[in-house]
Amino acid sequence: MSGAGLGKGDELLKVENVSLRFGGVKAITDVSFDIRKGEIRAIIGPNGAGKTSMLNCINGFYHPQEGAITYKGIKRGRMRPYVAASQGIARTFQNVALFKGMTTLDNIMVGRTLKMSSPFFWQLWRHGPAMREEVEHRRFVEEIIDFLEIEHIRKVPVGKLPYGLQKRVELGRALAMQPELLLLDEPMAGMNLEEKEDMCRFILDVSSQYGTTIALIEHDIGVVMDLSDRVVVLEYGRKIADGTPDVVKADQKVIDAYLGVGH
Amino acid sequence: MLYREAGQFKTTYEADMAVFPIRQDRIGLGLIILAAFLLPLFSSDFFIGTVMVPFLVFSLAAIGLNLLTGYTGLLSLGTGAFMGVGAYACYKLTIAFPEVNVLIWIVASGFFSAAVGVLFGLPSLRIKGFYLAVATLAAQFVLEWCVVRIPWLYNYSSSGSIDVPTRTLFDIAITGPQATPTTRYLVLLSIVVIFTWIASNIVRGRIGRMWMAIRDMDIAAELMGIRPLQTKLLAFAVSSFYCGVAGAVMMFLWYGGGEAKDAFNINLSFNILFMIIIGGLGALLGAFLGAGLLHLVPIFLKFGLPALGVPIGGETAEHWTHIIIGMLIIFFLIVEPHGLARLWSITKQKLRMWPFPY
Repeated sequence: MSGAGLGKGDELLKVENVSLRFGGVKAITDVSFDIRKGEIRAIIGPNGAGKTSMLNCINGFYHPQEGAITYKGIKRGRMRPYVAASQGIARTFQNVALFKGMTTLDNIMVGRTLKMSSPFFWQLWRHGPAMREEVEHRRFVEEIIDFLEIEHIRKVPVGKLPYGLQKRVELGRALAMQPELLLLDEPMAGMNLEEKEDMCRFILDVSSQYGTTIALIEHDIGVVMDLSDRVVVLEYGRKIADGTPDVVKADQKVIDAYLGVGH
Repeated sequence: MLYREAGQFKTTYEADMAVFPIRQDRIGLGLIILAAFLLPLFSSDFFIGTVMVPFLVFSLAAIGLNLLTGYTGLLSLGTGAFMGVGAYACYKLTIAFPEVNVLIWIVASGFFSAAVGVLFGLPSLRIKGFYLAVATLAAQFVLEWCVVRIPWLYNYSSSGSIDVPTRTLFDIAITGPQATPTTRYLVLLSIVVIFTWIASNIVRGRIGRMWMAIRDMDIAAELMGIRPLQTKLLAFAVSSFYCGVAGAVMMFLWYGGGEAKDAFNINLSFNILFMIIIGGLGALLGAFLGAGLLHLVPIFLKFGLPALGVPIGGETAEHWTHIIIGMLIIFFLIVEPHGLARLWSITKQKLRMWPFPY
């Protein structure tokens, strides 16, 4: 799971002067920051600050009009999301985007798609290489299922699961890709305290066990400050602060953005 | 009570990933297939020829459409046309190379249909739902036009219709006027069993998961590294392949030529689509159940009721058929919008638990 020649603390992804507009609406204006290998990087800000748009740019869903995104030292051109996926960028969504008709197991197995390559001919018979590959990846997926403690819902269609478990399955699906950079869009939205604590534990475990670099958007400031190594704060599409949680917490602009300014 | 799997433990992933992990299911399926192969011993040529043969042809076509519409979520109204491509491809091939076994040409004709399917599937990257259905409707009109206007396809016969030549397997006629309904039925049944098994292999593996991922959430699927265009086109290819083979067997093992040129029309497309909607989208069993309901029930009403002694005239029966089928469709869709296949799986679940509620 190690990046090509990148050590812990090296720059994995660099966003430089990125601006994104939808017609006349400026979603992101001139934002720059970097994500270092192995860290947990939080992106916070009030609603509509452009956090999700930022993730969409990193993902390849949106194409910023200005600025550049450098991933593993290579400047990226305009690309489709599946190219980003093949480069090792995985993602979860703010509103769970699972494959509702499929079981937990199948959902996580979809995450292994890029690692599977047995030829179409063998797929027809489900024997030989196709079956061997299927079993090998099933074993890997079962490890993720153990890790996330969702053994009991292995064969339940995910549409029937409660929200907290769906979020967990979605994390599992992203982990199945063995990503180098994991983007989490509000992993704890709509959860109760217990579920949040579980999710925090999983995020910290992913970071320490697999060494995955994580960028997360979250509104629960307590969680963000405890989990992350560095925080970038956006407001109205502009970056207003960047640094360790302590620095960001003390920043007057951040306090103003969150608490409002007296007039 | 009827249906217990207690004590059946799985110790390998292979065993856990089998089509029917429960022993009773495997035995049940084995019995059904055995009964299907032994059926000609117990029933008349008429029953085999007018009931079972069309039922199997429709089932095969419905499996094909289900791969596209049920598993990949792409609505198509070109089924009849893709079946027609298969039928005419098979006809031209066996006329050109009579010495090659017709079964090989029946399978080969699927590739022609697949190529045409991919061509008409190209818009699917940009358009979805009803709009895609309209785009595939173009296939229906263009290909129907071809069948009427290009005499080469029906070997310049003056009537515009074709006659399926006699072809043999182990010196037994399997197509053409000499073939008995029983032989045709057994050949068709073998084809359907093999193709159903292959379809179930495809949908349970990587390719099936890619299709369903595109169906359920295409954005997330793309993020998992699934290329939308290639995946959708593969679905069109495999689906049209099945439809093409279904068209070839429809012409060769059921119609035997004749009015075949009118058969591959828009009504056929709609019929197959209704079969999978009622049977169950995204379930192979649904293809059989849907084909069964829409094909067998009308026949039962038409011939079964008089045979049981219910006095009902031919024309009245026809009208009643339409009314009853219409009501059944509404009834089943209200009871279970996900189709008969889902109804069956719920029933199975209930039987496992019976007499306890949960």
